[in-house]
Amino acid sequence: MRSNAKIIRRILHYLKPYWFFMLCSVFFAAVSSLLSLYLPVLTGQAVDLLIDKGLVDMEALKGIIFRMLIIIGISALGQWIMNACNNHVAYCSVRDIRKSAFARLQKLPLSYMDSHPTGDSLSRLIADVDTFADGLLMGFTQFFTGLLTIVGTLFLMLSIHKLVALVVICLTPLSLFVAGFIAKNTSSLFKKQSVTKAVQTSIIDEMIGNEKLVKAFSHEAEAAAAFDENNAELEKVALKAIFFSSLTNPSTRFVNNLIYALVALFGGFAVIRGHLSVGSLTAFLSYANQYTKPFNEISGVVTELQNAITCAGRVFELADEQPQTPDKEDAAVLEQAKGGLKLDGVKFSYVEDKPLITGLDLNVKPGERVAIVGPTGCGKTTLINLLMRFYDVKGGSIAVDGKDIRDYTRKSLRANYGMVLQETWLKPGTIRDNITLGKPDATDEEVIAAAKNSHAHSFIMQLPKQYDTVIGEEGGQLSQGQKQLICISRIMLSLPPMLILDEATSSIDTRTELKIQDAFARMMKGRTSFIVAHRLSTIKEADTILVMKDGNIIEQGDHRSLLKAGGFYSKLYRSQYEM
Amino acid sequence: MKNLWKYFGSYKKECVLGPLFKLLEASFELFIPLVVKQIIDVGIPNGDEGYIIQRVLLMAALTFIGLVCSLTAQFFSARAAVGFSAKVKSAVFSHVQTLSYAELDKTGTSTLITRLTSDINTLQGGVNMSLRLFLRSPFIVFGAVVMAFTIDVKAALIFVVTVLALSLVVYGIMLITVPMHKKVQNDLDKVTAAARSNIGGVRVIRAFGLEEKEEEGFRNSNDALVRMQILAGKISALLNPVTFVLINLGLCYLIYQGGIAVDTGRLSRGAVVALVNYMSQILVELIKLANLIVQLSRALACGSRISSVMDIKSSMKDGDKEYANESGAAELEFKDVSFRYVDAAEDAISGISFKLPAGATLGVIGGTGSGKSSVINLIPRFYDTTGGNVYVDGTDVSQYKEASLRRRIAVVPQKSVLFTGTVRENLSWGRKDATDEDMEEALKMAQAYDFVMEKEGGLDYRVAQGGSNFSGGQKQRLAIARALVRKPAILILDDSTSALDYATDAALRKAVKEMKDAPTTVIVSQRSASIMHADMILVLDDGHAVGLGTHDELMKGCSVYQEIYNSQFGGDEYAK
Repeated sequence: MRSNAKIIRRILHYLKPYWFFMLCSVFFAAVSSLLSLYLPVLTGQAVDLLIDKGLVDMEALKGIIFRMLIIIGISALGQWIMNACNNHVAYCSVRDIRKSAFARLQKLPLSYMDSHPTGDSLSRLIADVDTFADGLLMGFTQFFTGLLTIVGTLFLMLSIHKLVALVVICLTPLSLFVAGFIAKNTSSLFKKQSVTKAVQTSIIDEMIGNEKLVKAFSHEAEAAAAFDENNAELEKVALKAIFFSSLTNPSTRFVNNLIYALVALFGGFAVIRGHLSVGSLTAFLSYANQYTKPFNEISGVVTELQNAITCAGRVFELADEQPQTPDKEDAAVLEQAKGGLKLDGVKFSYVEDKPLITGLDLNVKPGERVAIVGPTGCGKTTLINLLMRFYDVKGGSIAVDGKDIRDYTRKSLRANYGMVLQETWLKPGTIRDNITLGKPDATDEEVIAAAKNSHAHSFIMQLPKQYDTVIGEEGGQLSQGQKQLICISRIMLSLPPMLILDEATSSIDTRTELKIQDAFARMMKGRTSFIVAHRLSTIKEADTILVMKDGNIIEQGDHRSLLKAGGFYSKLYRSQYEM
Repeated sequence: MKNLWKYFGSYKKECVLGPLFKLLEASFELFIPLVVKQIIDVGIPNGDEGYIIQRVLLMAALTFIGLVCSLTAQFFSARAAVGFSAKVKSAVFSHVQTLSYAELDKTGTSTLITRLTSDINTLQGGVNMSLRLFLRSPFIVFGAVVMAFTIDVKAALIFVVTVLALSLVVYGIMLITVPMHKKVQNDLDKVTAAARSNIGGVRVIRAFGLEEKEEEGFRNSNDALVRMQILAGKISALLNPVTFVLINLGLCYLIYQGGIAVDTGRLSRGAVVALVNYMSQILVELIKLANLIVQLSRALACGSRISSVMDIKSSMKDGDKEYANESGAAELEFKDVSFRYVDAAEDAISGISFKLPAGATLGVIGGTGSGKSSVINLIPRFYDTTGGNVYVDGTDVSQYKEASLRRRIAVVPQKSVLFTGTVRENLSWGRKDATDEDMEEALKMAQAYDFVMEKEGGLDYRVAQGGSNFSGGQKQRLAIARALVRKPAILILDDSTSALDYATDAALRKAVKEMKDAPTTVIVSQRSASIMHADMILVLDDGHAVGLGTHDELMKGCSVYQEIYNSQFGGDEYAK
């Protein structure tokens, strides 16, 4: 509960800029709901005028109808303004929440992205925020009007006739009780339904998602049988859950109708005894009809609000994640690095008690070409994460041009690296936008020259709008190899002083790769570069080859000397030729 | 939509009884204002308390019968809706099993999944709601108007005008807002896409220092969404006040006319009260109806999406010949084969011919998009050729019964997928009646025996969804073992050793070669090393065979092969 209070305080903070709209909303909600409550009173008065043939005071009736018209007008206007205000508050505050959560996302350490599935962050940022908006909107619209309607009705009923009002007040909890009873008993059924449904979804996901494999292994009949078994089970469970939950409406309606009948009974008696007019009785009857509705609505709103608070909590959790340590206040801007790197006793681990890198030393001279090889999980990618300062070292230090990288601003450090990864990422936009990512002010000539260097130019020219072709989400129609070529063009355009190529050509067929090698070789001249590759032929030319295993460098030297040494590297190299 | 109706077949009774009982309940509800009228017109002026008690008891009785009818209706409609959707689901699922690769490519599995899950759920809700309310709400509106006519024709005309005006307004507002809500949904999709792309590209974005730009882009799509939401909200917000105004205008006019009628003695006071009550019943039902129409139109949209899946027919006709080769390897022949994917502009492969003797190994190599996968997809007849023929043991594959042929072919796909269940269950996909010895043997050949046995329970170790508790290389080796358990006549490895290091890859190939009844093997690879020792190598370039022969022959006569080989080994290495 305490954490709920905290979340609510946070929500209020986001609502604060819109206090004027909220005030308007509350004011107009009050006006419209109280006025619309007054309508049955007027209708009652009108009915009281309809005494009998020749006894109707038409002038008085016209007066009442005139008042009714005014009230209807104001009340409707009030309703509309209230709704518009609520919309404004809910959607704008939600926009602000989303914006700040997204901004925080930009500052989170990479470890967060690496350890949380994309779907999780996405659903917090999109679906949860959306549910929150719906809940907030419904809460505003219905909670306050509902509350006012209940209080107003009570007051009006009591002022018309106390005894009959008491009958209504005493019986109302019965309807709530019935609704609560049904809800309580169906919730376990719903839980069972959602468990069975989850099983079904995962069967569908696995089988239909891998339908080709199912067919390749002639597994169709078994898949259908497994599905049908679960489906029959779900049918049984769902029928129960749906039927029992659908009892709520008829049952509460039944109770409400009973209350209505009792009002007719006691009201009728009161009229006969002269305590009540016929018009007041009709007003009473219409109150009895409407009175319980806000109760049901409010109980709905409460669940909805609870839901909204939970969702808001999940969004705030994202917004509360510890951001990466900010750049030092006196952090230097690394202008154009010479490219000297020194790793001194670097220690690192992703998980606290599972050390990965323990004491790594490395000295790279400016312009040197360093290749990293080793089996999966040996720490190649981790080393790159540390060089780019995607992660901070847990011990030791990394220095560029003699200065610890933590003393530079992140932005300037990273701007000195050109990085091509195995997993290509293209931004939704045009081909040109993607190539100029690192140099937004590049001229057309520069862009084309870079694309020609990376052998991307010819296929780009075959696209419908060449460099202005818009590529969809995840790169759309481009092949993996083509995407990689575009990523290489980026680097060829921005030409930063240090390069990181992590399986940069893994999806490009070997013949095209061979053609790019020249361009790569030219680019690497005078630039410190780190190369990770599966194909040993691509790394033979390196000045230094680091052979890594379990987070440590086990061999170091050039191709020739490592082969001569006959260690891990030579074993790996020779295995390419063995059958 | 039509092809879904038949699934209501076994629920005809429920589909009639559900709405029927609902109508009964509604009729009882319509009588209540009449009873109140009697209390006001007869009971009260006469001061007859006994009469009032009698009328109130009648009301209670009507209410109670209404409750019973309504519960019966809920039961029947729930049964019809749930039963219907279960039948549809089962039919769709089985139908998808009959589709061939060509149809799966065209439709895409992710949309099939949405249709089987969320679309069917929406449809079920729509059916349930329709059975309960679709007749009831119009019936009450109509009934209230009819009741008004029985009380007074002139007053009833006010009802007719009001109902018509209301329907127009509700319809008009929906006409405007439905497309707006679609636009809102699209804008929301854009926001989602922006966020997804941002998270996916986090390394590149930070490497290029693009965080602020990303924030700006996100802000723009977020702002566009909110603008649309507020606009749509403003118009939707009109619905309630406008219906409120219209119904109350009708009410005012009714009271005014009622006043005149009572004054001239045409109507009683109770009659006017009854008319007022009917008016408010109409208001309640119309609001329900508007919601129902929104839900129903969504359900119909989902229904037609599901129905379109059922309309997809498999383009492949099953052969009638049983493939009888039970234990040996198979002979494989391609004769002038060409193949084009549906809707593609160009052939994926064309003019491919080769003959591979039983037990031999074929290596297929070539650049990205050269047609390697297309070649092997034709062997188990995942697709039909568009020209030429594929023969297994001398018979065209399209003449075999699909199941009997595929039973003897094992494929290891590029992407290794494991299924939820134990390791044993996964391996038994290869051969249903495989013994533990068969499985262990296959695991050993696939170089997977050691790490499986290290796991708790060995063969009984549970594979998590998507195989997430195994590494990429381990999954690949398990997928290979799954294929080997089958002891196939033809084994197809579709670039499926990419996650293995060279030594493991070589050990695997050696083990397969030494198998008893070693299968005819087709290896697709990007690596020269994986295929250079094959009996025959097919070199593909842009869908054409540019070389066919042994490694030595190709090194002499095929320039593409030489280029590939040299790019991986470096020119000087071969001379050693």
